[in-house]
Amino acid sequence: MSVKTYDAGVKEYRAMYWTPDYVPLDTDLLACFKCTGQPGVPREEVAAAVAAESSTGTWSTVWSELLTDLEFYKGRAYRIEDVPGDKESFYAFIAYPIDLFEEGSVVNVLTSLVGNVFGFKALRHLRLEDIRFPIAYVKTCMGPPSGIQVERDKLNKYGRPLLGATIKPKLGLSAKNYGRAVYECLRGGLDLTKDDENVNSQPFMRWQNRFEFVAEAVSAAQAETGERKGHYLNVTAADPEQMYERAEFAKELGQPIIMHDFLTGGFTANTGLAKWCRKNGMLLHIHRAMHAVIDRHPKHGIHFRVLAKCLRLSGGDHLHTGTVVGKLEGDRGSTLGFVDLLRESFIPEDRARGIFFDQDWGSMPGVFAVASGGIHVWHMPALVTIFGDDSVLQFGGGTQGHPWGNAAGAAANRVALEACVKARNEGRELEKEAREIMTGAAKHSPELAIAMETWKEIKFEFETVDKLDVG
Amino acid sequence: MPFQSTTGDYQTKRTLETFGFLPPMTQEEIFDQIAYIIAQGWTPGIEHIHPSKAMNHYWTMWKLPFFGVTDLAQVVSELEACHRSYPDHHVRVTGYDNYTQSQGSCFVVFEGRG
Repeated sequence: MSVKTYDAGVKEYRAMYWTPDYVPLDTDLLACFKCTGQPGVPREEVAAAVAAESSTGTWSTVWSELLTDLEFYKGRAYRIEDVPGDKESFYAFIAYPIDLFEEGSVVNVLTSLVGNVFGFKALRHLRLEDIRFPIAYVKTCMGPPSGIQVERDKLNKYGRPLLGATIKPKLGLSAKNYGRAVYECLRGGLDLTKDDENVNSQPFMRWQNRFEFVAEAVSAAQAETGERKGHYLNVTAADPEQMYERAEFAKELGQPIIMHDFLTGGFTANTGLAKWCRKNGMLLHIHRAMHAVIDRHPKHGIHFRVLAKCLRLSGGDHLHTGTVVGKLEGDRGSTLGFVDLLRESFIPEDRARGIFFDQDWGSMPGVFAVASGGIHVWHMPALVTIFGDDSVLQFGGGTQGHPWGNAAGAAANRVALEACVKARNEGRELEKEAREIMTGAAKHSPELAIAMETWKEIKFEFETVDKLDVG
Repeated sequence: MPFQSTTGDYQTKRTLETFGFLPPMTQEEIFDQIAYIIAQGWTPGIEHIHPSKAMNHYWTMWKLPFFGVTDLAQVVSELEACHRSYPDHHVRVTGYDNYTQSQGSCFVVFEGRG
């Protein structure tokens, strides 16, 4: 028997979407938004508006609502919290029923959660801080094509972070000269080299030529050093057809790893490529160009931890996370938080690291955290401490800026890395004893000694713009 | 380290993955690394191979991995026994991590003369 009647007009959102007594279900997708409302709008109304506009609601009541059961489908604002040290903003917690979202589609989740609602007039700013993906939803996503352990097994790298470098100058080298730079880095001791993100297929270096010369460089370095090597061949392209064509060619050349830019390329392309990689046994490195546009403003946009979770669901074996110590933005606690979200299988709520919800990934593989940008040998003890073994440490300028060239620069970094891992395993405190450990290692390595001399003065000490919210 | 030169020439060196860029470890340093493997709760295992096949994923196992063994001296004596039996082979120690189903650590202890 129908009990509701149609009552046209505009109602307050909170009448339907503010439900402080609601206890979220295990299958609900939960989100935490940092809301900054227009002056005079009550918090509950703002939170309810966000819940409504990101789920079933629209500004006016419509008759066709009565053809379904919106109580079953609606998002619910179930909690409001103060933001520590901030009087104008607050956190709104919203629960969404799992049936609002297509299975296996982070695209669909984001279209709802960060869609129209971000332009909503009653809000001055809105930031998506975190999403709890229920395990039931996680299980519908494929995730990383290989994951950390399979990559270690394939590349035979155990007990230490992997070592890489982005080839410089990032634009303008011919394919053959570019392959030379790759060869020098790899023969010197790096495990992996990388196409810079803006290297796609420009007039100075078309992709086929680059792939062929790089493939020879990788094989030669492998044969000569006796170690397994790889180069992230960037297959990011103007359209999916070209992206897959490049991926197929990388596979044909016997290369172990390709790369994609997940935000500029988009989640649809990324998820498709990740599935291709799973099917074809290829590793997938993920770059994050455009992330700072979305995640840097502390009151508006999407926090990077959300983008990182979405990438793990969409699929990728490596993801850039910032370095904490280098030239790019990154708060330590917050970075450690999303590094865990990439790598671990269960991450408990931890506000000190910006994690708002428990997150259970079940058996989904982990993603290597990639630290890259303005780092050099002196940062090694801190990087090994912060990132631990399941990371890729990438020294671009810090390898290729070595006075004796790429190979010596690579060796300097490899010696420093192994000295730090060895010291850590011996129970020494890396950051405290950094100078002693590095100086000791340099005694056996003139390459490291001169690298330490070259970069001793470089520091990147600016205040972080996006800090964790603390009182 | 033969590949280093103060004149800036840099020769390619054949290396054996983790710790391949450090000078040969002293006995005490090797003990420390094995103690680390045991302290992580990993199972030590020993493998050996002729240097000409060093790039193979699978090296020959020296007995089974030493399940439940937490005695450093026992692992060291097995390493030495393996080295005595195959003096021209590389010998490496592995820490099997049954949680990640992978190897937590792996490094070469004796380099074969090949």
